[in-house]
Amino acid sequence: MSPSSRDQIFSKIRAVLPQSSLLPDLNSVGQWQTFVNPSARFADVLKFVGGEAVFVKTLAEADAHLRTMPEWNLAKIRCSVVSGLGDSTIDLNAIDDPHDLENVDFAVLRGHFGVAENGAIWVTDDTVKHRVLYFIPQRLAIAVPASQIVHNLHEAYERLTVGHHRFAGFISGPSKTADIEQSLVIGAHGARSLTVYLVEEMSKYEP
Amino acid sequence: MSHPALARDFIANRERTQWHDKALWFVREKRDRMASSVPEWELLRETASAIKQHTLSLLPDYLEQFESNAAKLGVVVHWAADAHEHNEIVLGILQQRNVRRLVKSKSMLTEECHLNPYLEQHGIEVVDTDLGERIVQLRKETPSHIVLPAIHIKKEEVGECFHEHLGTKKGASDPKYLAEAARHHLRERFCRADAGLTGVNFAIAETGGIVICTNEGNADLGVSLPKLHIACMGFEKLIPRAADLGVFLRLLARSATGQPITTYSSHFHGPPAGCELHIVIVDNGRTEIFRNPEFRRSLNCIRCGACMNTCPVYRRSGGHSYEATVPGPIGSILTPIQTPEKHSSLPFACTLCGSCTDVCPVKIDLHHQLFAMREVLDGKRLIGASKKLSMKLVSGVLSRTWLYNLLGTAARLSLRWLPRFLIYNPLNAWGRQRELPLAPKKTFRQQFAERQQKDDKR
Amino acid sequence: MSQSRYVESLEILMKVALFIPCYVDQFYPEVGMATASVLEHFGVRAEFPTAQTCCGQPMANSGCMDEAKPLAKKFVDVFDGFDYIVAPSGSCVSMVRNHYDHLCDPEDQRAATVRRRTLELSEFLTQVLNVGAVTGRFAHKVGLHQSCHGLRELRLGPSSEVMSPRANYVQNLLADFDGIQFSVLSRPDECCGFGGTFAVAEEAVSCMMGDDRVNDHVNAGTEVMTAGDMSCLMHLDGIIRRRKIPMRVMHFAEIMAEAIEAKTPGL
Repeated sequence: MSPSSRDQIFSKIRAVLPQSSLLPDLNSVGQWQTFVNPSARFADVLKFVGGEAVFVKTLAEADAHLRTMPEWNLAKIRCSVVSGLGDSTIDLNAIDDPHDLENVDFAVLRGHFGVAENGAIWVTDDTVKHRVLYFIPQRLAIAVPASQIVHNLHEAYERLTVGHHRFAGFISGPSKTADIEQSLVIGAHGARSLTVYLVEEMSKYEP
Repeated sequence: MSHPALARDFIANRERTQWHDKALWFVREKRDRMASSVPEWELLRETASAIKQHTLSLLPDYLEQFESNAAKLGVVVHWAADAHEHNEIVLGILQQRNVRRLVKSKSMLTEECHLNPYLEQHGIEVVDTDLGERIVQLRKETPSHIVLPAIHIKKEEVGECFHEHLGTKKGASDPKYLAEAARHHLRERFCRADAGLTGVNFAIAETGGIVICTNEGNADLGVSLPKLHIACMGFEKLIPRAADLGVFLRLLARSATGQPITTYSSHFHGPPAGCELHIVIVDNGRTEIFRNPEFRRSLNCIRCGACMNTCPVYRRSGGHSYEATVPGPIGSILTPIQTPEKHSSLPFACTLCGSCTDVCPVKIDLHHQLFAMREVLDGKRLIGASKKLSMKLVSGVLSRTWLYNLLGTAARLSLRWLPRFLIYNPLNAWGRQRELPLAPKKTFRQQFAERQQKDDKR
Repeated sequence: MSQSRYVESLEILMKVALFIPCYVDQFYPEVGMATASVLEHFGVRAEFPTAQTCCGQPMANSGCMDEAKPLAKKFVDVFDGFDYIVAPSGSCVSMVRNHYDHLCDPEDQRAATVRRRTLELSEFLTQVLNVGAVTGRFAHKVGLHQSCHGLRELRLGPSSEVMSPRANYVQNLLADFDGIQFSVLSRPDECCGFGGTFAVAEEAVSCMMGDDRVNDHVNAGTEVMTAGDMSCLMHLDGIIRRRKIPMRVMHFAEIMAEAIEAKTPGL
């Protein structure tokens, strides 16, 4: 059945192809928005969408900040993939079934760069064993090299090679919903909070 | 029933309609604030429109490229000519793997295909995991908006629904409390699901990957726990290059909900090790739209819902008054193409104000297409008989200046001399809530001619 | 100022026709008269070809192109030969300029010329006559209703959806009148709900939209509501009079005529 539906669809489309039109060259259509202080803009937008940006020089500083957070201290099940930042009460490498991560209270993960215009961080699946760790813990902290902030999404896609990872994506703030009478509730199904550590001493991630 | 009758029913509760109108206008205002904060906003719209137009002009090539690249990543690509075939394909995949419990994130395509009832008939439990969709699912309703499915529901009503189905406290209506209950309820469903089904926001031809955008993270949870991910898409979701996402992701959330970007914009390229990813590419009438040069531009649609938020008619009549999976301005073009008889009132549920066209991030000239759709319906003889007759009569009168003058005089005389009860009665729809214009003694042409004569005499 | 020389030279150079929509002719003759006076004030003595009736918009908007075609033909026949055709109606002008594609033969050069030369009053004053600041007195709080076709089809002003600046022709034409103030509305360009046959076919939505516009103006303190389209104003005035609200409703041409007369009587 499927092959013939495919053929049907293709022949219908081919029968009346519209006039060809140019694909815009994104590098030459015009100027994309930039910011005088991209880091500041990143922090402002992240705050706007319910997250928090913390600028530190070292991972040790970030770690100290993390340990002041009641949510971290009260977390029964914690884990971190960033050595020097936080700690783990579970052995992530020993876990084969992502379902076993259901009760993680707090996870510290890694991000590659931030986007100033929308407070988003690019994350990939090669920094964690289970990609569900970006979504299932109650609370998240993500460490990003402080120097790696781009102005806008166009710059983001220029530096990315999309398709290298089975899973990758942008995460901007904690999960949220306004589906109940347009009332904003932070912490829908994913993380209830997101703290982004922008760490000066961190360099670009080499897998 | 038709839109006017359903709209009238909706408006009968004036206070509720005002609440609905304000809620959606607020979203429109958030969109405006976002759009004004991007200096190159109009350039972005222009670029997005051009990318979509280009994609449509080379659609077969891009579809082949996508399919080939996806297959290289280990994706199984299926093609469905119509809704029924789509449903069969999805069921087939699920049954082969003995899936009993499915979690589903938002997909208007699956709504269009009525997938849920079909799967349920075959013994599969389907849980919609987007909070708004879960609410309407529990209430046994359809979504009334493609992005804000429960926009028509008050928090007290959500409270009642959750009390019945989730065991929340009776009378509770605090959104935080209710959302928390839903979080626990849906987490259970994510954890015990056998498979996850999603829609697709963008399919990238260059890489064979798909992008799914949510605020809640429900799509990601739904597909990162089970080993089977089925993604369903209309073929118009295709974009040529990954770089094009820079344009579309900058426009989508700003247009839809007035946010800079959705919380999660997840890029999936093939299944993880030990898992499966199936993509079902669906026609279901899209080729008909594609073949019509007048309406092809509607395939630019990225399903942001901005046209609904800005439509003064949609805000005051509610999504259900359209009786269509996709309501509002874009729905009033797409739906009558498929089912003109049932939906002939939709293109007329519109004043042609053009606000929709001006907010559309991909520059679909929605109000011009609605205008053109009216002509299509006339061609199919779906303009009501009395309306058609009155148009013929009025045209006949207006084509003959002498007759126009005569009847104009008669109309004005009647308005001036007939008793009020004869003018304002149930037959006069205009007069229910409005006065008719006052009828002057002399027309403009009479006054102008008199003034000419006076001037000529001087 | 050499106003009179300007006036004379324009009278010689331009052959301008008035296009007065059917319902303005019958129910709002004062708007047509004001249009003619305003044009004269700026040196244009427009003619009124008496064979005109209607641009065909009601039929075209109902999808009934066959019924609209004879009216389009009549329009072209009536107005062929004029340098400009000026109408105090954005929606009619939009029909002729933007939508006669459905009604006229694309090869018909006569039709193309007539279409191109059909302008709405504020765009004619601004673009062709280069009218800048207008002297006059109109000491009232004016609520400007942005008629949709004029706004989003003819781009006579900035629409709140579009993020690029644009001059507001009607506002600019009124802005310099002594004593004039403009209401600040909560929704500056939401549709009034007239929409042609929509006003009757979707009466419930139409009247709620109209009520909301009227309420916005009432809350903003509007004394005089104005717009560039009498169709909108007919609908809104119908609501205002039914609700017995003490608000005057005037086409902007009437405001201009009254304001100019107040400052320099003898118009």
